[in-house]
Amino acid sequence: MIDQSSLLKLLFKNSKAKLGFSILSFFIFISLFAPFLVGSPTDYVGVPLQPPSFEFWFGTNGQGQDVLAQTVYGGRKTLFIAFITGIFVVMTGAVFGGIAGYFQGYIDDFISLLINVFLLLPGLPLMVVLAAFLPLGSMAIIFVLVFTGWSWHARVLRSQVLSLSKQDFVMASKVCGESHFRIITIEILPRMLSLLTSSFIGATIYAIGAQVGLEFLGLGDISQISWGINLYWATNDLALLTGSWWTFVPTGLAIALVSLSLTLINFSIDEISNPKLVSERYLYEKLGKKYNRNSVTPVMTNK
Amino acid sequence: MNTKTLSYIVRRFFFYLLAGFMAISLNFFIPRLMPGDPASIMFAQFRGKMKIEQLQALKQTFGFPEAEPFVDLNGNLKWDSNEQFTDWNNNKKYDSKPSSLENYVSYIKSLFRGDLGISISHFPQKVTEVISTGLYWTLFLAGISLVISFILGTVIGIYLAWYRDQKLDSILLPSLSFLGAFPYFWIAMFLLYYFGFKLDVFPIRHAYDQALMPSFSFEFITSVLYHSILPAFTMIFVSLGGWMLSMRNNMISTLGSEYINYAKAIGYNKKILMFNYAARNALLPNITGFGMALGFILSGALMTEMIFSYPGQGYLLLQAVRAQDFPLLQGIFLTITFSVLVSNFIVDIIILILDPRVRK
Repeated sequence: MIDQSSLLKLLFKNSKAKLGFSILSFFIFISLFAPFLVGSPTDYVGVPLQPPSFEFWFGTNGQGQDVLAQTVYGGRKTLFIAFITGIFVVMTGAVFGGIAGYFQGYIDDFISLLINVFLLLPGLPLMVVLAAFLPLGSMAIIFVLVFTGWSWHARVLRSQVLSLSKQDFVMASKVCGESHFRIITIEILPRMLSLLTSSFIGATIYAIGAQVGLEFLGLGDISQISWGINLYWATNDLALLTGSWWTFVPTGLAIALVSLSLTLINFSIDEISNPKLVSERYLYEKLGKKYNRNSVTPVMTNK
Repeated sequence: MNTKTLSYIVRRFFFYLLAGFMAISLNFFIPRLMPGDPASIMFAQFRGKMKIEQLQALKQTFGFPEAEPFVDLNGNLKWDSNEQFTDWNNNKKYDSKPSSLENYVSYIKSLFRGDLGISISHFPQKVTEVISTGLYWTLFLAGISLVISFILGTVIGIYLAWYRDQKLDSILLPSLSFLGAFPYFWIAMFLLYYFGFKLDVFPIRHAYDQALMPSFSFEFITSVLYHSILPAFTMIFVSLGGWMLSMRNNMISTLGSEYINYAKAIGYNKKILMFNYAARNALLPNITGFGMALGFILSGALMTEMIFSYPGQGYLLLQAVRAQDFPLLQGIFLTITFSVLVSNFIVDIIILILDPRVRK
């Protein structure tokens, strides 16, 4: 077990983490300071559907708006919702998974059943049905994403809590008469910090993808600017049929880069805190061989 | 079959039954619990379009059972009085307003009759009729893509594991993870733009040439195949990596086992060793995955169909969203959920037959 301060230190030494953090902080930076970097994303600035030029680096969209400004501003809402959703998904997962794993018995049976049912329900159709009935807005999207996304994290966190709560130090605390609340919050949760962090990052990646998908379908608030809404307008203004690739390529690249940076960070956390990988690396170093475990975990979905 | 196996099957059956019940209940409660009144938009579209009994039945489906005066097609004011309440979905008269529980029961009853209501965007077709028109297209497109992707990915995975720690492996995996970071539908958009528009080698919408009538003629079949190439390629492109990686990882761990070393030491032919000895044992997890993927076949193609205007479930779902066609939306959700549940149950049974360890 690595203590948490050294986890941070190791993270900043890891090259994948460095790359991930730099890409992510670049996007957070331009999102935060968008008003100082580009003009208004909703103003009519020139002839619609101009290709990229010196005046408009990313061209203009079907409504004569600056695509660069829209891409930069789009990150604000998308990243904000993604991080908030990530936090709520992990919190919900931790509460359900924690209760199930700690108390076990009938409570565990019941919650595990609930988790398994939710894992089985097809995500995208359920999201669409929920989002269609809810009033448009960020709150609705966050709710929908948490409702459909919590179960996987609950399952992962449950098994971790289950194995921790069977260990001696938890038994000792129970014998000492500590309250359940104290055991969970002081004894168990801090020991799961790396798992919670990687769950949070995983949930954020999921939130970006699902949110962009929902908004792309027209289930977001189309009066606002976000990456998903940009793509929605790109198809609505027939970007594909007029060959205006610049209306959807920059947004797609931005989404991909942010997701990739989060994946890199997640992988480096795994590399540092997963004892199997740590010992493997140590072995290679001692043998004097180049460490050649194929670095990035590709994230591919079948959906 | 011993009692343990039987009890396993029964337990799984009840689990899927419960999951199906949850899906139905979600479908029942979502419109009723939501703030605001989304369904009233829908009813407004129907005013004057359908018979008063149909409209009342629809309102009851969405949890608005209250008696309310309204004008029928002939301009007469009609009133379903509070003393005599009619459940139009089941043609049943109540003496007082039915409770929520009675509503719930009547909802489930109409579901069991296979009645999912009437579609708004395809009025006056029934939801079940609309869904069945899209069903074959989705099964065709997603089925073909799944089979090709599974076979291709598995074979490539075998080779990747065999030639691991070489250049190809270290280039391929990072680029896969970069591709995986793009939203799936964005890749579909890009391929559509590049191959359909820029190079103009593939059609960019519909499942067949709109000038043709569906028939079993050679012309029609080639048109269908031609139109399916780009969407199928998209789906294969994005799902191939998953099959490849899982096969590669299973294969690597199999290649590490003693019996492979032994076979190598004896000097077996490389091909025989690779396919007959290693791959055969490494295949089981991928077969399980294939079964799971079969369950998600209806939902797997959703986004692709939307981008390519391919007339399957996904395109119907998009139309339902755009037209606020709530009955169709819910119908698609239920259809997809039930296909997932049924095929998962079948996969459970198949695994029971294939893998003796589960039977213990």
